[in-house]
Amino acid sequence: MMTELTGTATLVRFTVRRDRVRVLVWIASIALLELLTAANTKEIYSTQAALDKAAAAARGNPAAIALTGPDQALDTMGGQVAFQIGTIGLVAVALMAVFMIGRTTRAEEEAGRAELIRAMAVGRHAATAAALIVVAGMSAATGVIVTLGLIGLDLPTHGSVLFGVSLCAEGLVFAGVATVAAQLTENTRLVFGGSGTVLGAAFLLRAAGDIGDGTLSWFSPIGWSQKTRPFAGDRWWPLLVPAAFTLALAVVGAVLSTRRDVDAGFIRPRPGPRTGTAALGRPLGLALRLQRGSLIGWSVGLFAAGAAIGWIADDVKDLVGDNEAIRKTIAQFGGADLTDSYLSTQMLFGALVAAGFALQAALRLRGEETALRVEPLLATAVSRGRWVFSHLVVALSGSVIVLAAGGLGCGLVYGLVIKDAGQIPRMLGAALVYTPALWLFVGLAALLFGLFPRGVAVAWGALAACFVIGLLGEVLELPDWVKDFSPFEHTPRLPGADLTALPLTVLTALAIAAAGTGLLTFQRRDMF
Amino acid sequence: MSPLSPRTTTATDRDPAISISGLVKTFGQVRALDGLDLTVSKGEVHGFLGPNGAGKTTTIRILLGLLRADAGEVRLLGGDPWRDAVALHRRLAYVPGDVSLWPKLTGGEIIDVFARLRGDIDPVRRDELLERFELDPTKKARTYSKGNRQKVGLVAALASNAELLILDEPTSGLDPLMESVFQDCVREVKEQGRTVLLSSHILAEVEALCDRVHIIRNGRTVESGTLSELRHLTRTSIDVQTERPLDGLDGLKGVHDLHVDGTRARFDVDTAHLDEAIRHLSGFGIRSLNSRPPTLEELFLRHYGDELARERRANGRPAPTPEGAAR
Repeated sequence: MMTELTGTATLVRFTVRRDRVRVLVWIASIALLELLTAANTKEIYSTQAALDKAAAAARGNPAAIALTGPDQALDTMGGQVAFQIGTIGLVAVALMAVFMIGRTTRAEEEAGRAELIRAMAVGRHAATAAALIVVAGMSAATGVIVTLGLIGLDLPTHGSVLFGVSLCAEGLVFAGVATVAAQLTENTRLVFGGSGTVLGAAFLLRAAGDIGDGTLSWFSPIGWSQKTRPFAGDRWWPLLVPAAFTLALAVVGAVLSTRRDVDAGFIRPRPGPRTGTAALGRPLGLALRLQRGSLIGWSVGLFAAGAAIGWIADDVKDLVGDNEAIRKTIAQFGGADLTDSYLSTQMLFGALVAAGFALQAALRLRGEETALRVEPLLATAVSRGRWVFSHLVVALSGSVIVLAAGGLGCGLVYGLVIKDAGQIPRMLGAALVYTPALWLFVGLAALLFGLFPRGVAVAWGALAACFVIGLLGEVLELPDWVKDFSPFEHTPRLPGADLTALPLTVLTALAIAAAGTGLLTFQRRDMF
Repeated sequence: MSPLSPRTTTATDRDPAISISGLVKTFGQVRALDGLDLTVSKGEVHGFLGPNGAGKTTTIRILLGLLRADAGEVRLLGGDPWRDAVALHRRLAYVPGDVSLWPKLTGGEIIDVFARLRGDIDPVRRDELLERFELDPTKKARTYSKGNRQKVGLVAALASNAELLILDEPTSGLDPLMESVFQDCVREVKEQGRTVLLSSHILAEVEALCDRVHIIRNGRTVESGTLSELRHLTRTSIDVQTERPLDGLDGLKGVHDLHVDGTRARFDVDTAHLDEAIRHLSGFGIRSLNSRPPTLEELFLRHYGDELARERRANGRPAPTPEGAAR
């Protein structure tokens, strides 16, 4: 047995060294997310009256319970904090575990590097063991920092420690899930997909359980960590479940790994088509096929996000109650109606996220160029113009689809909640009004691609700036001329604001001009 | 219009498929091509040789219209490779040295993508080539090894009816068995009267396939001609056994690396002086004589080896710098 683990310590050090930035960013961002939200919660619900009101509002609200977590001592500061940071923190730690395990096990194997490692004096299980140790360490570090932070916020020590340990337990469970998934399939993306599905199921099971009598939550790894009731009774024994489960998964993973070849998985990849379809033989068909997966992923993601936004939209009034601080924050985005203000703010946020798709799709041009896949393509009878056009068409029409998915998800669910079918076109419109803003980003990407191909990353910087302007512009008291740089600031904030055509026309014209310039300059430049 | 139309080639059949003169291309400070000349006649398999970084790929990328020439004259199938790119590309097929594929598509899909985008597809030839190269077209490109990715590029190019094949070190990663399949395929292409520009540094491949070769270095043509013409410039190795003890060989012109041991001698002689050497040897009564014609490899090594040695001496440095290596 010992020789099977030879080299584990070296591999642990190697992984931490190689991924030191990634490791620190994961831990720091999760800890920050947790502690900033906790501090914020403490500030908002500063009185017992405020806590009582929040608890009452949440109790009668299945949507809030489904999204955030079980109703456990919500009228205490600890209980309310655990409610606000519990589920999201557990999901974040689970994602951290899945990505790190996938990256350090199956991705290494897929890249052929695992083979090199295995050819050295390294035990059969060393790579997997090292990955599990690194993720366990990351989960523990996250748990410790969050615990210390919560204690620092004057929350009860026992509950804070229990919360931190529960957080760590979640990381261990999903490290186990990803380890088994990495044995089953040859493809790292499928490891992420499979583990992500387990996480999604865990979330849904606990949502259903928390709304009901809590039984279903016992079948969810997220539920296990919440059954410890931090700040609401503090019990340790439920942690036996994730501990046993993690151990079982690690053993299953180890057994499976000895029954397969390096590079192979248990699920054999299915053979694909022998021949290409006629559609694939046209630049547009090829571009669409290459971007199809990403387009579907973004659309599903934004539809789900829109649905979540729509689900709680009607409860915003109750949730906020007479809390002046939040009321002010939401109202500053314009509109007298609190629900509309909330919806328009969320639409802006959704559109900023969707612009990520627009950029990613348009910058595929540069990606294909640097991957040297364009050369053989342009050595066929395809002109540069036609090739660029094909990807721009996907980016431009994809932007509309992704925005529409978000608007549809929101309108559909919000309409169902308040029984008003009219919300579907209303929310669809509120989302699609950002189309010109997204197109401008496509145009910017094309312009950079033609003029400064080595500097296309500038476009991501521009989007990040728009995020800051859109979300923190008021808080940071940015001057108007700065805010004017963001196309999102020129887009009417629907629902609530008046729909004006002029800014949208100008944005569209700018987008076309930028894309056209990019196309023309690309036709004149060298490929590299 | 006529030079670009595939049907009206009769008038231009005498024109070379590729003609390049004085080609210059700079990247910032680096002069990648420095007055390169290259002529490829129709119907020939032309070897394009040079060490890494000599400018082979840059030349090919200019021929494909991916890079713009800074100076010089470039004609490809009677057209301008930059201006007439699309029309010319219908008539040529290209295989890069490192075929990069879309990981999510299968090999078969990718072959068809290239075939359709070029314009013609011969499904029978495609399937025959898949069989000869032993390539499974139903696998996703992500799972292909380097050699299999290369096969995808080769099948796509060889299955076409293109009049010109531009192959940039196309066999990197292929095993010897597949290398010989590739050589058979190129011979068939030649029999069909099509033209091939084969960039390579595998000299055996070039010797086996090429009618004429071009050797470039630091962006310039340093030698060109048929293989026998080039061999003439180099040395033949002689191993001889005579009846009487040998004598006077070291006084002969063009003899190098001489080892004499009584009646036995081994030496290299410049092919231009071969005749004198044999005359001299016959005076001692030749009992056995082994001569080995120079390989392209020796030609190559001599060309660069001598030059490198000269530079080392001139610079007093162990390794040549790129600038110092320019002639």
